[in-house]
Amino acid sequence: MTASQRAVHLAQLNVATLLHPLDDPRIAPFVEVLDPVNATADGAPGFVWRLVEDGGADATALRPAGENVIVNMSVWESQEALWDFTYRSGHLEVVRQRRDWFHRHVEAHLVLWWIPAGHVPTVEEALARLAELRAVGPSPRAFTFTSSYSAAEAAEAHTG
Amino acid sequence: MEDIDTIAMLQDPVRRRLYEYVVAQGREVGRNEAAEAAGVARTLAAHHLDKLTEAGLLESGSRRLSGRSGPGAGRPAKVYQRVRAEFAVSLPARDYRTAAELLAEAAEEAGLDAALGAAARRRGEALRGTAAPCGDLEEAARLLAARGYEPHLEGEGAEVAAPVVRMRNCPFHAVAERFPPLVCGMNLALLEGLLGADGPVRARVDPRPGECCVVVENSKTDAD
Repeated sequence: MTASQRAVHLAQLNVATLLHPLDDPRIAPFVEVLDPVNATADGAPGFVWRLVEDGGADATALRPAGENVIVNMSVWESQEALWDFTYRSGHLEVVRQRRDWFHRHVEAHLVLWWIPAGHVPTVEEALARLAELRAVGPSPRAFTFTSSYSAAEAAEAHTG
Repeated sequence: MEDIDTIAMLQDPVRRRLYEYVVAQGREVGRNEAAEAAGVARTLAAHHLDKLTEAGLLESGSRRLSGRSGPGAGRPAKVYQRVRAEFAVSLPARDYRTAAELLAEAAEEAGLDAALGAAARRRGEALRGTAAPCGDLEEAARLLAARGYEPHLEGEGAEVAAPVVRMRNCPFHAVAERFPPLVCGMNLALLEGLLGADGPVRARVDPRPGECCVVVENSKTDAD
Protein backbone atom coordinates (compact mmCIF):
# COMPACT_ATOMS: atom_id res chain seq x y z
CA MET A 1 0.00 0.00 0.00
CA THR A 2 1.44 3.37 -0.97
CA ALA A 3 1.18 6.45 1.16
CA SER A 4 -1.42 8.01 -1.12
CA GLN A 5 -3.77 5.08 -0.61
CA ARG A 6 -3.63 5.18 3.17
CA ALA A 7 -6.88 6.32 4.78
CA VAL A 8 -6.76 10.05 5.40
CA HIS A 9 -9.07 12.56 6.98
CA LEU A 10 -9.28 16.32 6.62
CA ALA A 11 -8.64 18.43 9.70
CA GLN A 12 -9.95 21.97 9.99
CA LEU A 13 -9.29 24.92 12.30
CA ASN A 14 -10.84 28.31 12.18
CA VAL A 15 -10.43 31.22 14.54
CA ALA A 16 -12.83 34.10 15.11
CA THR A 17 -12.17 37.25 17.09
CA LEU A 18 -15.24 38.25 19.08
CA LEU A 19 -16.49 41.84 18.79
CA HIS A 20 -17.89 41.56 22.32
CA PRO A 21 -17.56 39.02 25.17
CA LEU A 22 -19.52 35.81 24.68
CA ASP A 23 -22.01 36.75 27.42
CA ASP A 24 -22.73 40.14 25.82
CA PRO A 25 -26.34 40.43 24.57
CA ARG A 26 -25.03 41.43 21.13
CA ILE A 27 -23.43 37.99 20.80
CA ALA A 28 -26.53 36.16 22.10
CA PRO A 29 -27.85 35.27 18.60
CA PHE A 30 -24.56 33.44 17.95
CA VAL A 31 -24.59 31.67 21.32
CA GLU A 32 -28.19 30.56 20.71
CA VAL A 33 -27.35 28.72 17.50
CA LEU A 34 -24.21 27.02 18.86
CA ASP A 35 -25.99 23.88 20.08
CA PRO A 36 -28.22 23.31 17.04
CA VAL A 37 -25.38 23.99 14.61
CA ASN A 38 -23.01 21.69 16.50
CA ALA A 39 -25.74 19.03 16.43
CA THR A 40 -25.98 19.50 12.65
CA ALA A 41 -22.23 18.99 12.40
CA ASP A 42 -22.31 15.85 14.55
CA GLY A 43 -24.99 14.37 12.29
CA ALA A 44 -23.55 15.58 8.98
CA PRO A 45 -22.35 13.04 6.37
CA GLY A 46 -18.58 12.58 6.67
CA PHE A 47 -18.26 14.12 10.15
CA VAL A 48 -15.55 12.44 12.25
CA TRP A 49 -14.66 14.56 15.28
CA ARG A 50 -14.79 18.05 16.72
CA LEU A 51 -12.98 19.77 19.55
CA VAL A 52 -14.98 19.93 22.78
CA GLU A 53 -13.61 21.19 26.07
CA ASP A 54 -13.73 18.85 29.07
CA GLY A 55 -17.24 18.77 30.46
CA GLY A 56 -18.55 21.24 27.87
CA ALA A 57 -20.69 21.07 24.75
CA ASP A 58 -18.29 23.03 22.56
CA ALA A 59 -14.87 24.67 22.49
CA THR A 60 -15.88 28.31 22.97
CA ALA A 61 -14.29 28.51 26.44
CA LEU A 62 -10.90 27.34 25.16
CA ARG A 63 -8.90 30.38 24.18
CA PRO A 64 -5.56 29.06 22.92
CA ALA A 65 -5.21 31.82 20.33
CA GLY A 66 -6.05 34.81 22.52
CA GLU A 67 -8.56 35.85 25.15
CA ASN A 68 -11.19 37.11 22.70
CA VAL A 69 -10.49 34.55 19.97
CA ILE A 70 -12.71 31.48 19.82
CA VAL A 71 -11.49 28.40 17.99
CA ASN A 72 -13.40 25.78 16.07
CA MET A 73 -11.69 22.55 15.13
CA SER A 74 -12.98 19.40 13.49
CA VAL A 75 -12.10 16.35 11.38
CA TRP A 76 -13.95 15.18 8.26
CA GLU A 77 -13.79 12.26 5.86
CA SER A 78 -13.41 14.51 2.84
CA GLN A 79 -13.12 18.15 1.83
CA GLU A 80 -16.50 17.87 0.11
CA ALA A 81 -18.15 16.73 3.35
CA LEU A 82 -16.67 19.69 5.25
CA TRP A 83 -17.66 22.13 2.48
CA ASP A 84 -21.24 20.86 2.42
CA PHE A 85 -21.54 21.26 6.17
CA THR A 86 -19.88 24.68 6.24
CA TYR A 87 -21.77 26.24 3.36
CA ARG A 88 -24.68 23.95 2.49
CA SER A 89 -26.30 23.42 5.89
CA GLY A 90 -27.77 25.63 8.61
CA HIS A 91 -24.17 26.62 9.38
CA LEU A 92 -24.23 28.99 6.40
CA GLU A 93 -26.51 31.35 8.34
CA VAL A 94 -23.85 31.61 11.05
CA VAL A 95 -21.14 32.41 8.52
CA ARG A 96 -23.40 34.87 6.71
CA GLN A 97 -23.88 36.88 9.92
CA ARG A 98 -20.21 36.73 10.89
CA ARG A 99 -19.74 40.49 10.53
CA ASP A 100 -22.27 41.06 13.33
CA TRP A 101 -20.26 39.03 15.82
CA PHE A 102 -16.63 38.84 14.77
CA HIS A 103 -13.83 41.15 13.68
CA ARG A 104 -12.84 40.90 10.07
CA HIS A 105 -9.61 38.98 9.79
CA VAL A 106 -6.97 40.37 7.52
CA GLU A 107 -4.90 37.20 7.88
CA ALA A 108 -6.15 33.69 7.10
CA HIS A 109 -8.64 32.51 9.71
CA LEU A 110 -9.29 29.02 8.33
CA VAL A 111 -6.77 26.27 7.67
CA LEU A 112 -7.20 22.73 6.33
CA TRP A 113 -4.71 19.88 6.38
CA TRP A 114 -4.68 16.12 5.88
CA ILE A 115 -4.17 13.74 8.80
CA PRO A 116 -3.98 9.95 9.05
CA ALA A 117 -7.43 8.53 9.81
CA GLY A 118 -7.72 7.93 13.55
CA HIS A 119 -5.34 10.72 14.51
CA VAL A 120 -6.86 13.32 16.82
CA PRO A 121 -5.21 16.65 16.08
CA THR A 122 -4.13 18.83 19.00
CA VAL A 123 -4.82 22.53 19.28
CA GLU A 124 -1.06 23.21 19.17
CA GLU A 125 -0.76 21.26 15.93
CA ALA A 126 -3.70 23.18 14.45
CA LEU A 127 -2.32 26.58 15.43
CA ALA A 128 1.04 25.60 13.91
CA ARG A 129 -0.70 24.79 10.61
CA LEU A 130 -2.50 28.14 10.68
CA ALA A 131 0.78 29.91 11.38
CA GLU A 132 2.35 28.07 8.46
CA LEU A 133 -0.49 29.07 6.12
CA ARG A 134 -0.13 32.68 7.23
CA ALA A 135 3.65 32.62 6.83
CA VAL A 136 4.13 30.92 3.47
CA GLY A 137 0.67 30.78 1.89
CA PRO A 138 -1.23 27.64 0.86
CA SER A 139 0.83 24.47 0.61
CA PRO A 140 0.05 20.73 0.76
CA ARG A 141 0.71 21.03 4.52
CA ALA A 142 -1.75 23.86 5.21
CA PHE A 143 -4.33 25.10 2.73
CA THR A 144 -7.79 26.60 2.25
CA PHE A 145 -10.97 25.72 0.36
CA THR A 146 -10.09 27.91 -2.61
CA SER A 147 -6.46 26.79 -2.81
CA SER A 148 -6.68 23.17 -1.75
CA TYR A 149 -4.38 20.19 -2.14
CA SER A 150 -5.37 16.56 -2.39
CA ALA A 151 -4.27 13.98 0.16
CA ALA A 152 -2.08 12.43 -2.55
CA GLU A 153 -0.32 15.76 -3.12
CA ALA A 154 0.21 16.12 0.62
CA ALA A 155 1.66 12.60 0.84
CA GLU A 156 3.95 13.29 -2.11
CA ALA A 157 5.18 16.52 -0.60
CA HIS A 158 5.85 14.66 2.65
CA THR A 159 7.86 11.79 1.14
CA GLY A 160 9.38 13.77 -1.72
CA MET B 1 -15.27 19.46 -27.72
CA GLU B 2 -15.49 23.23 -27.32
CA ASP B 3 -18.38 24.79 -25.44
CA ILE B 4 -19.88 26.18 -28.63
CA ASP B 5 -20.02 22.68 -30.16
CA THR B 6 -21.48 21.25 -26.97
CA ILE B 7 -24.23 23.86 -26.88
CA ALA B 8 -24.91 23.33 -30.59
CA MET B 9 -25.85 19.74 -29.73
CA LEU B 10 -29.06 21.13 -28.26
CA GLN B 11 -30.24 22.63 -31.52
CA ASP B 12 -31.98 19.38 -32.48
CA PRO B 13 -35.53 19.77 -31.07
CA VAL B 14 -35.88 16.15 -29.91
CA ARG B 15 -32.51 16.24 -28.22
CA ARG B 16 -33.43 19.54 -26.61
CA ARG B 17 -36.72 18.13 -25.25
CA LEU B 18 -34.93 15.09 -23.85
CA TYR B 19 -32.23 17.23 -22.24
CA GLU B 20 -34.76 19.61 -20.68
CA TYR B 21 -36.81 16.72 -19.36
CA VAL B 22 -33.82 15.03 -17.70
CA VAL B 23 -32.66 18.34 -16.20
CA ALA B 24 -36.12 19.12 -14.80
CA GLN B 25 -36.35 15.81 -12.93
CA GLY B 26 -33.25 16.41 -10.83
CA ARG B 27 -32.58 12.66 -10.61
CA GLU B 28 -31.51 9.77 -12.82
CA VAL B 29 -33.94 9.18 -15.69
CA GLY B 30 -34.36 5.96 -17.68
CA ARG B 31 -34.67 5.71 -21.45
CA ASN B 32 -38.31 4.64 -21.47
CA GLU B 33 -39.37 7.47 -19.24
CA ALA B 34 -37.45 10.07 -21.27
CA ALA B 35 -38.81 8.70 -24.56
CA GLU B 36 -42.36 8.90 -23.29
CA ALA B 37 -41.90 12.44 -21.99
CA ALA B 38 -40.41 13.63 -25.29
CA GLY B 39 -43.02 11.75 -27.34
CA VAL B 40 -40.50 9.76 -29.37
CA ALA B 41 -39.65 6.08 -29.83
CA ARG B 42 -37.34 4.46 -27.29
CA THR B 43 -34.57 3.76 -29.82
CA LEU B 44 -34.54 7.36 -31.00
CA ALA B 45 -34.48 8.61 -27.41
CA ALA B 46 -31.61 6.24 -26.59
CA HIS B 47 -29.66 7.52 -29.61
CA HIS B 48 -30.05 11.16 -28.59
CA LEU B 49 -29.44 10.54 -24.89
CA ASP B 50 -26.17 8.84 -25.76
CA LYS B 51 -25.24 11.75 -28.06
CA LEU B 52 -25.87 14.14 -25.18
CA THR B 53 -23.70 11.97 -22.95
CA GLU B 54 -20.87 11.94 -25.50
CA ALA B 55 -21.08 15.72 -25.67
CA GLY B 56 -20.69 15.97 -21.89
CA LEU B 57 -24.12 17.46 -21.24
CA LEU B 58 -25.45 14.33 -19.53
CA GLU B 59 -23.77 11.52 -17.69
CA SER B 60 -25.02 7.97 -17.76
CA GLY B 61 -24.99 5.09 -15.34
CA SER B 62 -26.89 1.88 -14.89
CA ARG B 63 -29.42 1.02 -12.26
CA ARG B 64 -32.20 -1.49 -11.74
CA LEU B 65 -35.29 0.65 -12.20
CA SER B 66 -37.60 -1.99 -10.75
CA GLY B 67 -36.23 -1.25 -7.29
CA ARG B 68 -35.68 -4.98 -6.82
CA SER B 69 -32.30 -6.66 -6.55
CA GLY B 70 -30.89 -10.14 -6.73
CA PRO B 71 -31.74 -12.87 -9.24
CA GLY B 72 -34.84 -12.13 -11.27
CA ALA B 73 -34.65 -8.39 -10.75
CA GLY B 74 -33.83 -7.92 -14.41
CA ARG B 75 -30.90 -6.32 -16.20
CA PRO B 76 -29.80 -2.89 -15.00
CA ALA B 77 -31.20 -0.11 -17.16
CA LYS B 78 -29.21 2.81 -18.50
CA VAL B 79 -30.01 6.04 -16.69
CA TYR B 80 -29.07 9.65 -17.36
CA GLN B 81 -28.65 12.84 -15.39
CA ARG B 82 -27.20 16.28 -15.97
CA VAL B 83 -23.47 16.78 -15.45
CA ARG B 84 -22.43 19.46 -12.98
CA ALA B 85 -20.18 21.28 -15.46
CA GLU B 86 -21.36 24.54 -17.00
CA PHE B 87 -21.00 25.66 -20.60
CA ALA B 88 -20.94 29.23 -21.79
CA VAL B 89 -20.29 31.03 -25.02
CA SER B 90 -19.86 34.75 -25.49
CA LEU B 91 -19.65 36.45 -28.88
CA PRO B 92 -17.51 38.47 -28.95
CA ALA B 93 -15.38 36.92 -26.19
CA ARG B 94 -16.27 38.48 -22.85
CA ASP B 95 -15.19 37.25 -19.45
CA TYR B 96 -17.66 38.37 -16.81
CA ARG B 97 -16.82 35.40 -14.63
CA THR B 98 -13.29 36.59 -13.93
CA ALA B 99 -14.66 40.07 -13.29
CA ALA B 100 -17.23 38.63 -10.87
CA GLU B 101 -14.60 36.62 -9.04
CA LEU B 102 -12.25 39.57 -8.70
CA LEU B 103 -15.03 41.87 -7.50
CA ALA B 104 -16.18 39.22 -5.02
CA GLU B 105 -12.63 38.72 -3.77
CA ALA B 106 -12.23 42.44 -3.22
CA ALA B 107 -15.65 42.71 -1.55
CA GLU B 108 -14.80 39.77 0.70
CA GLU B 109 -11.46 41.27 1.71
CA ALA B 110 -13.06 44.64 2.39
CA GLY B 111 -15.97 43.06 4.29
CA LEU B 112 -18.60 44.59 2.03
CA ASP B 113 -21.36 42.02 2.73
CA ALA B 114 -23.89 44.62 3.84
CA ALA B 115 -23.24 46.96 0.92
CA LEU B 116 -23.48 44.11 -1.58
CA GLY B 117 -26.70 42.91 0.05
CA ALA B 118 -28.20 46.41 -0.17
CA ALA B 119 -27.30 46.69 -3.87
CA ALA B 120 -28.75 43.24 -4.54
CA ARG B 121 -31.99 44.11 -2.73
CA ARG B 122 -32.35 47.29 -4.80
CA ARG B 123 -31.78 45.28 -7.96
CA GLY B 124 -34.42 42.75 -6.94
CA GLU B 125 -36.88 45.56 -6.22
CA ALA B 126 -36.12 47.14 -9.58
CA LEU B 127 -36.79 43.82 -11.31
CA ARG B 128 -40.14 43.60 -9.54
CA GLY B 129 -40.99 47.15 -10.59
CA THR B 130 -44.45 48.33 -9.62
CA ALA B 131 -45.84 44.81 -9.19
CA ALA B 132 -47.32 43.87 -5.83
CA PRO B 133 -45.28 41.53 -3.60
CA CYS B 134 -45.34 37.98 -4.92
CA GLY B 135 -48.74 36.47 -4.09
CA ASP B 136 -48.12 32.74 -3.64
CA LEU B 137 -45.62 29.93 -4.13
CA GLU B 138 -46.76 29.22 -7.72
CA GLU B 139 -46.10 32.81 -8.70
CA ALA B 140 -42.75 32.67 -6.91
CA ALA B 141 -41.84 29.54 -8.88
CA ARG B 142 -42.67 31.32 -12.16
CA LEU B 143 -40.52 34.34 -11.22
CA LEU B 144 -37.64 32.10 -10.17
CA ALA B 145 -37.88 29.93 -13.29
CA ALA B 146 -37.63 33.04 -15.45
CA ARG B 147 -34.34 33.88 -13.70
CA GLY B 148 -32.87 30.40 -14.18
CA TYR B 149 -33.24 29.04 -10.64
CA GLU B 150 -35.01 25.83 -11.77
CA PRO B 151 -37.56 25.89 -8.93
CA HIS B 152 -39.70 22.99 -7.84
CA LEU B 153 -42.42 22.78 -5.22
CA GLU B 154 -41.60 20.46 -2.35
CA GLY B 155 -43.73 19.10 0.47
CA GLU B 156 -47.10 19.90 -1.07
CA GLY B 157 -49.74 17.60 0.36
CA ALA B 158 -47.25 16.22 2.88
CA GLU B 159 -48.58 16.01 6.42
CA VAL B 160 -45.64 17.44 8.30
CA ALA B 161 -43.61 19.83 6.20
CA ALA B 162 -45.11 23.06 4.92
CA PRO B 163 -44.71 23.44 1.15
CA VAL B 164 -41.59 25.30 0.03
CA VAL B 165 -40.14 26.21 -3.31
CA ARG B 166 -36.62 24.81 -3.60
CA MET B 167 -34.23 25.57 -6.44
CA ARG B 168 -32.02 23.12 -8.29
CA ASN B 169 -29.83 25.76 -9.89
CA CYS B 170 -27.77 28.58 -8.47
CA PRO B 171 -27.34 31.23 -11.18
CA PHE B 172 -24.23 32.43 -9.34
CA HIS B 173 -22.78 28.96 -8.82
CA ALA B 174 -19.13 29.58 -9.76
CA VAL B 175 -18.74 32.66 -7.52
CA ALA B 176 -20.95 31.19 -4.79
CA GLU B 177 -18.61 28.20 -4.53
CA ARG B 178 -15.62 30.49 -4.00
CA PHE B 179 -17.24 33.08 -1.72
CA PRO B 180 -20.25 31.32 -0.18
CA PRO B 181 -21.37 33.67 2.62
CA LEU B 182 -20.86 36.79 0.53
CA VAL B 183 -22.60 35.54 -2.61
CA CYS B 184 -25.34 33.57 -0.82
CA GLY B 185 -26.14 36.73 1.16
CA MET B 186 -26.30 38.67 -2.09
CA ASN B 187 -28.58 36.04 -3.61
CA LEU B 188 -30.93 36.13 -0.60
CA ALA B 189 -31.17 39.92 -0.75
CA LEU B 190 -31.82 39.85 -4.50
CA LEU B 191 -34.66 37.37 -4.05
CA GLU B 192 -36.10 39.30 -1.10
CA GLY B 193 -36.26 42.35 -3.33
CA LEU B 194 -37.71 40.39 -6.23
CA LEU B 195 -40.45 38.75 -4.13
CA GLY B 196 -41.20 41.88 -2.11
CA ALA B 197 -41.06 42.42 1.64
CA ASP B 198 -44.04 41.74 3.92
CA GLY B 199 -45.92 39.82 1.24
CA PRO B 200 -47.57 36.39 1.45
CA VAL B 201 -44.29 34.60 0.66
CA ARG B 202 -40.76 35.11 1.86
CA ALA B 203 -37.25 33.93 1.01
CA ARG B 204 -35.10 32.24 3.64
CA VAL B 205 -31.63 30.70 3.69
CA ASP B 206 -31.89 26.91 3.95
CA PRO B 207 -29.02 25.41 1.97
CA ARG B 208 -28.65 21.81 0.91
CA PRO B 209 -25.82 20.16 -0.99
CA GLY B 210 -26.19 20.64 -4.74
CA GLU B 211 -28.98 23.24 -4.53
CA CYS B 212 -29.48 26.99 -4.31
CA CYS B 213 -29.04 28.31 -0.74
CA VAL B 214 -32.49 29.90 -0.62
CA VAL B 215 -36.00 28.49 -0.27
CA VAL B 216 -39.25 30.38 -0.66
CA GLU B 217 -42.05 29.65 1.79
CA ASN B 218 -45.36 31.08 2.92
CA SER B 219 -44.84 33.93 5.37
CA LYS B 220 -45.57 33.11 8.96
CA THR B 221 -49.14 33.86 9.95
CA ASP B 222 -50.52 34.83 13.36
CA ALA B 223 -51.39 31.18 13.91
CA ASP B 224 -47.69 30.27 14.12
